[in-house]
Amino acid sequence: MYGVPEDKERVMQFGIFSVSDITTDPTTGVTPTEGQRIQDIVTIAKHAEEVGLDVFALGEHHNEPFFSSSPTTTLAYIAAQTKTLQLSTATTLITTNDPVKIAEDFAMLQHLAGGRVDLMMGRGNTGPVYPWFGKDIRAGIPLAIENYALLHQLWREHVVDWQGKFRTPLQSFTSTPRPLDDVPPFVWHGSIRSPEIAEQAAFYGDGFFANHIFWPASHTQRMIELYRSRFAHYGHGDPDQAIVGLGGQVFMRKNSQDAVKEFRPYFDNAPVYGHGPSLEDFTRETPLTVGSPQQVIDRTLGFRDYVGDYQRQLFLMDHAGLPLKTVLEQLDLLGSEVVPVLRKEFAALKPAHVPDAPTHASLLAAKLENDSKEEVQA
Amino acid sequence: MKQRNLVVVSAGLSQPSSTRLLADQLSAAVVSAAADGDVELTVQVIELRDLAHDIANHLLTGFPPAALKDALDAVAAADALIAVSPIFTASYSGLFKSFFDVLDKDALTGKPVLIAATAGTARHSLALEHALRPLFAYLHAVVVPTSVFAASDDWGADSADGMLRSRITRAASELARELASREPVTVVDPFALTVDFKDLL
Repeated sequence: MYGVPEDKERVMQFGIFSVSDITTDPTTGVTPTEGQRIQDIVTIAKHAEEVGLDVFALGEHHNEPFFSSSPTTTLAYIAAQTKTLQLSTATTLITTNDPVKIAEDFAMLQHLAGGRVDLMMGRGNTGPVYPWFGKDIRAGIPLAIENYALLHQLWREHVVDWQGKFRTPLQSFTSTPRPLDDVPPFVWHGSIRSPEIAEQAAFYGDGFFANHIFWPASHTQRMIELYRSRFAHYGHGDPDQAIVGLGGQVFMRKNSQDAVKEFRPYFDNAPVYGHGPSLEDFTRETPLTVGSPQQVIDRTLGFRDYVGDYQRQLFLMDHAGLPLKTVLEQLDLLGSEVVPVLRKEFAALKPAHVPDAPTHASLLAAKLENDSKEEVQA
Repeated sequence: MKQRNLVVVSAGLSQPSSTRLLADQLSAAVVSAAADGDVELTVQVIELRDLAHDIANHLLTGFPPAALKDALDAVAAADALIAVSPIFTASYSGLFKSFFDVLDKDALTGKPVLIAATAGTARHSLALEHALRPLFAYLHAVVVPTSVFAASDDWGADSADGMLRSRITRAASELARELASREPVTVVDPFALTVDFKDLL
């Protein structure tokens, strides 16, 4: 009934991302237990695959009211119960985690999930979390830069000797297991506002994911422009060949007035922007769309006008205390009415030289092609 | 004539407000003093009352709605600033402070600023020195030596040639002198990187 797509139709990836908040439903006063919410997120992820979505991404937090302190555990459990779903993060804390442990955990997950794994790096913006892991938020950018440099090396070199500012040196260290097929998981760098992170993504030729949902479109546009131009500067291709992902936030009902009426109490009490701007103001200022599936289609297609052709669109669907039943209904609408149209429209607009969304298969094929070229040269 | 721009931030709440009245007298005096020094000023007045909801929303969401963004950009791009607050409970008003709380911390660095305040009684006058001046000193603004305080008394019928008038004139000439001695402000583009990533590594 949802029209699950063939692989060749997954030119651009669509999915959902969860911040893993445990929030009281403002309409009923009910707060799910941690246990319930954790089971719900598994149900949500599995349903994302059932309705034909491509990606499920999970946040990482080490403070209440969030449950997701250990994303690879959750993602491995989901991987075992899904077949095509790409598992990702939103985000993995490159600042407070040991890059050695990230290298190990995600390579392990990559093997177990048959390559259906990528990850998104983020710094985290909760000051008190840093000292719990022996770090300092004032060093957020230097930590992100040094830690990622090490992670990048650990996945590409078998034996690593390394010395830096923020962790103990490594001598003759091999991170195990090695990445599946010697192809490291694809990495996105996520940021709301830091140009340095767009620069980092561009330097490595990695993907850049703009959170997009908390800030005005004009800001996202500048960040993506910077990333694209620096991607070209570092020789990875033309600006329009850079790998871009965007966040989005929607609530839909067949009738747009019903959507507004039902979502308003969740919006008004939401953890991040609640008790601030009106739903109407926030809808105008940010990509939030509350209305009919057709309104969501139109708004989302409009993102391309200011970021260009892009590879991944993730929607935030399960936050602010929305009950499981509602979230699953939202996924039904997304899978049956919105994403099939977006797939077709975006694919028709995309020029051939713009790359598809990266997958393990595409990265492996690129690696094999590159290896054989090197052999011929040798 | 050199061209420069002056931005006036007024935090008065009533309409008409004596805070805005003081702001207008100050900006007229600065325009006139600047003209004497061969500087032509364009003036933009920002009424914080109109931005009160946007300022609260910025505090909560972390980004400025469009009208507030325009105001913050105007302050950052100003060659000089006049900042006028009513004195509430022994200090600047909460709205006034909140506006400068959401302004980029580097936006006033080196910028000439004239501070002024209004209140019902002259007993509040040192709030300018104890509250406003340290706020702008923290932001690395160049606050001119004369600050201008107006109490209800100063708006009396016979005040046209009184003490308030002379303070306005003195403060205006100080700000105009700072303006004339500076190059026009250039705003740094946050997306214009100044370092190569290899240097960050």
